[in-house]
Amino acid sequence: MNLASSIFGSSLGRKILMAVTGVILTGFIIGHLVGNLQIFSEPDHINGYGAFLHQLGPLLWVARLGLLACAVIHIWAAAVLSRENLTARGVAYGVKHTIQATLSSRLMRWSGVVVLAFLLYHLAHFTLGFTQVASFKESLPRYVLGGDYRVAGFLAVKSGTEVLDVYNMVILGFQKPVVAIFYVIAVGLLSLHLVHGADSLFQTLGWRSEKWAGALRKVVIVCCTAYFLLNLAIPGAVLLGKLHPRDAAPVAVRR
Amino acid sequence: MVAATPSTISVTLRVWRQAGPDQPGRFVDYAAKDLSPNMSFLEMLDVVNDELTLKGEEPIAFAHDCREGICGTCSCMINGKPHGPGHGIATCQTYVRSFADGDTIVVEPFRARAFPLVKDLVIDRSAFDRIIQAGGFISVRTGAAPDANSIPVPKADADLAMDAAACIGCGACVAACKNASAMLFVAAKVSQLGLLPQGQPERDQRVLAMVGTMDALGFGNCTNQYECSAACPKSISHDFIARMNRDYLKASVRTALKPASAGGGGAG
Repeated sequence: MNLASSIFGSSLGRKILMAVTGVILTGFIIGHLVGNLQIFSEPDHINGYGAFLHQLGPLLWVARLGLLACAVIHIWAAAVLSRENLTARGVAYGVKHTIQATLSSRLMRWSGVVVLAFLLYHLAHFTLGFTQVASFKESLPRYVLGGDYRVAGFLAVKSGTEVLDVYNMVILGFQKPVVAIFYVIAVGLLSLHLVHGADSLFQTLGWRSEKWAGALRKVVIVCCTAYFLLNLAIPGAVLLGKLHPRDAAPVAVRR
Repeated sequence: MVAATPSTISVTLRVWRQAGPDQPGRFVDYAAKDLSPNMSFLEMLDVVNDELTLKGEEPIAFAHDCREGICGTCSCMINGKPHGPGHGIATCQTYVRSFADGDTIVVEPFRARAFPLVKDLVIDRSAFDRIIQAGGFISVRTGAAPDANSIPVPKADADLAMDAAACIGCGACVAACKNASAMLFVAAKVSQLGLLPQGQPERDQRVLAMVGTMDALGFGNCTNQYECSAACPKSISHDFIARMNRDYLKASVRTALKPASAGGGGAG
């Protein structure tokens, strides 16, 4: 049997694909969160970071296409496995009883679908500007960096560069409670999805055992809770009035 | 203080009745009165069946054999849990005293597309036999019995293999799994042989063939909810599933990359 057919063509192989793509996507969302948390610093930080990412040019597209491929494989495998799972029972039981399956494990399909819907909305909102057009970064006045933006000590974006105003876009976007609350709910479900997903990947890749499964579970729950709270902080701070948009146009440009 | 067990227990059994695979099925209620609390679940069905026979009705068909928890033949879904409310026991080891006087007990067959219903509570589990045929064996030199301990087996490996070998193939794992997956059964059988030196020659081929057969038979897939090990009458750990996942990945890579013989010299 060749490797591609034993991975793509079997139940275990597709589960391995879900685990591996899940790890990559989880790595991305953690990095994404760390980047976003710069909003609690000077606008220079998140705006410089945004400009730095766009400067990557072809590399940015390699990363985007890689993540897209992971998402497509993850969703494809989930769809194929779910379809098999839904037909495998045949006749339903009269009494439906759960012995010990966790809530997060039983909500995987639903949390996954909501997270996908959220992902599409999020791209339309902050990447493509299909919603909230007036406060989209391309519509806002350019921001002039007040200092150099450095990545790992290296100069990434020079002071004085005119960049897109990500800072104001995010804050203006979250000032609409409906939008902010949808983000919080979606990220909550994503965190719940991760509780079962992160725990499961160790089982699927064959690394989990009862000797340390309890410790693994605790670490996963702590990490997912932290992930949720840190994500909650951004729309939360905007709604509570702790984060304000800076002046629409910096003085430097007006002069 | 131990709560006093009532001298007799009466329950209502809501049993799935279906005359044959292509016949419509439905739940039928039967009163099981004045039962001894120390009767097994199957003995209770025997009593109900005696009464049905005397009344000229068709008795409830259910699978049973050893009635001591080692054959894996009995297979009832009792109030939504395979083998009843207890942990680590088969239906035959479930006693009437596990229920309260006046309870309604719902009794259904194990449900899976790969386990077609034969009659009432009896299902056809030969899908498991086909998985075993695909790889649940080792090749040995027949003839005189080998000397004891001629192949050293570390004690820890032998113990673990024995834990896997405790599987009696009842199908409770499939019945309990939300996806009707046979992963715990297959993992136990793969691990039982794969842990021992005698199982090494066919190790890669075994896991690939058994998983392939499991997929082809229409069982569902594992979603790591571990309902299987919680329902297993032999309390087989889902650690064996992780072990099989690892084995499968290694076997896939090894089989793909292993150099094939050029088919040259050496023969003759």
